[in-house]
Amino acid sequence: MLEIRGITQRFGGLTALEDVSFAIEKGLIKGIIGPNGAGKTTLFNIVSGIYPPTAGSILLESRNISHLPTERRAALGMVRTFQNIELFGQMTVLENVMVGLHVRSRSGILSCSLKLPGHLAEERWIREKAMYWLEFTGISELADIRASSLPFGKGRLLETARAMALEPGILLMDEPAAGLNSRETAELAVLIRKIRDLGVTIVLVEHDMELVMDICDSIVVLNLGKTLAEGTPREIQENQKVISAYLGEG
Amino acid sequence: MKREMVKFLILTAVVLLAPLLFTGGYLMNVLVFVGINTMLAVGLNLLLGFAGQISLGHAAFFGLGAYGSGILTATYAVNPWLAMLLSAGAVALLAFLVGFPILKLKGHYLAMATLGLGIIVYIVFNETVDLTGGPSGLSGIPNLSFWKLTFDNDFKNYYLIWGFTLLIMLLSINLVNSRIGRALRAIHDSEVAARVMGVNARLLKVQVFTLSALISAVAGSLYAHTMTFISPASFGFHFSIELVTMVIIGGLGSIYGSLLGAVLLTLLPELLRAFQDYDIIVYGLLLISMTMFMPGGLVKGIPAGIALLLPGRRRRGEHA
Repeated sequence: MLEIRGITQRFGGLTALEDVSFAIEKGLIKGIIGPNGAGKTTLFNIVSGIYPPTAGSILLESRNISHLPTERRAALGMVRTFQNIELFGQMTVLENVMVGLHVRSRSGILSCSLKLPGHLAEERWIREKAMYWLEFTGISELADIRASSLPFGKGRLLETARAMALEPGILLMDEPAAGLNSRETAELAVLIRKIRDLGVTIVLVEHDMELVMDICDSIVVLNLGKTLAEGTPREIQENQKVISAYLGEG
Repeated sequence: MKREMVKFLILTAVVLLAPLLFTGGYLMNVLVFVGINTMLAVGLNLLLGFAGQISLGHAAFFGLGAYGSGILTATYAVNPWLAMLLSAGAVALLAFLVGFPILKLKGHYLAMATLGLGIIVYIVFNETVDLTGGPSGLSGIPNLSFWKLTFDNDFKNYYLIWGFTLLIMLLSINLVNSRIGRALRAIHDSEVAARVMGVNARLLKVQVFTLSALISAVAGSLYAHTMTFISPASFGFHFSIELVTMVIIGGLGSIYGSLLGAVLLTLLPELLRAFQDYDIIVYGLLLISMTMFMPGGLVKGIPAGIALLLPGRRRRGEHA
């Protein structure tokens, strides 16, 4: 599904990632973990196209997408969420999700301003689809509320609903449990599994080990910009190198 | 959507009936200017209020539309409607080409670049004397006519200008309530998230900049044909700033707000005549206090004021 091949990223003299390679299989939940400064967020930004890598390539379904801008990756079915949730604060909850349907709709400036019949039908379809994803994530009763006034946990759900509206093939989630309490984290685990059951491949950067070990099918561990280990949750928990990296032993 | 329609129909009725109340010629003349300024403010608001991109050079597009029409008709005797079409097309093309490099810039840098654009165009109006008549202006621009009807007095011009104004407002309201409008507001709130959602932010910004310039050019052509005389002074830096003020005072991201802003800023100088030389001070104080006490503009400030007087009512957020 997604292949990360020899990614290196340098910021001036600092090497954030060095020759990182791994593959993500279709329909599974892949976790990326590592101590602070391991390069997880940098890797995420490269995969989602926020900036291009210094070297290496990203292959989506065998197609090299390393130099495609972010918005083109969305059209190819790849979407991400943010650690510090990036909502459209001045818009309503429903409108936020409706933006998620942007790439799945076509009406241009002319047809929108003239309210041509095709556009009206499309607009109705967008609204219905957006409501569907709000129900899917369980926040449909908040549809008309301004997004900036949502509590953090609900904002996280909204960001997930908005991402799902694209009906992505692959969903990248950057620390989805950050800032959530234990009940919200448990609900999140249920939601992530529900998304996986729709056939969506999920990549997760996460600090919450309990969540990662619970839901991931396979895990990659990064340390100091390099791949330290890769395997099932059980293998990772028993890996001596991983244990010493986390405990700070030499 | 139905509420949108009702609001617009009420506005249309008010516009149609207003001349029955003021038969005085002078006020009709002022209302023609209100219409032109409304078109300009609505056009700029699409860019500034919805997409969140500043332009301090919009008077240039207004001027290019006016001079395009003026030169083609007065000097080359082209049909005025055709001249309007040609100048609007040329201005849109120019904005599209300039838009790509300029809209890469953000914040203060975009403000500086558009300011520079406005100044360059203003200098061109002044210096190409053979073409524009230079600082002394261009006269002899014909009125628009439709079959046997020539728009040659304030009463006729009122309906001509407001016909265009209402049309531009209606199309803009439709646009901002569509997927394009949502994408523009998304760029305004978080460009990176909008791009992650697949919105081609760069292209959309250029498109809305072009549309905004196109509306300004049409307003410019109408201005030239109703005034029959134009000079560079109407298209300088000062007017660009006035347009930005109309949009902000009226309410960023509200089409009706732009109408209110244009009404207020066009009528205010007339109303402040009583203060004679001190009018500019009163004007400045009003603007300062309005931005302090009505940060959402008139469109939010007026209902909030009414709500204060009539407690117990709740409002829903709507965009138009």
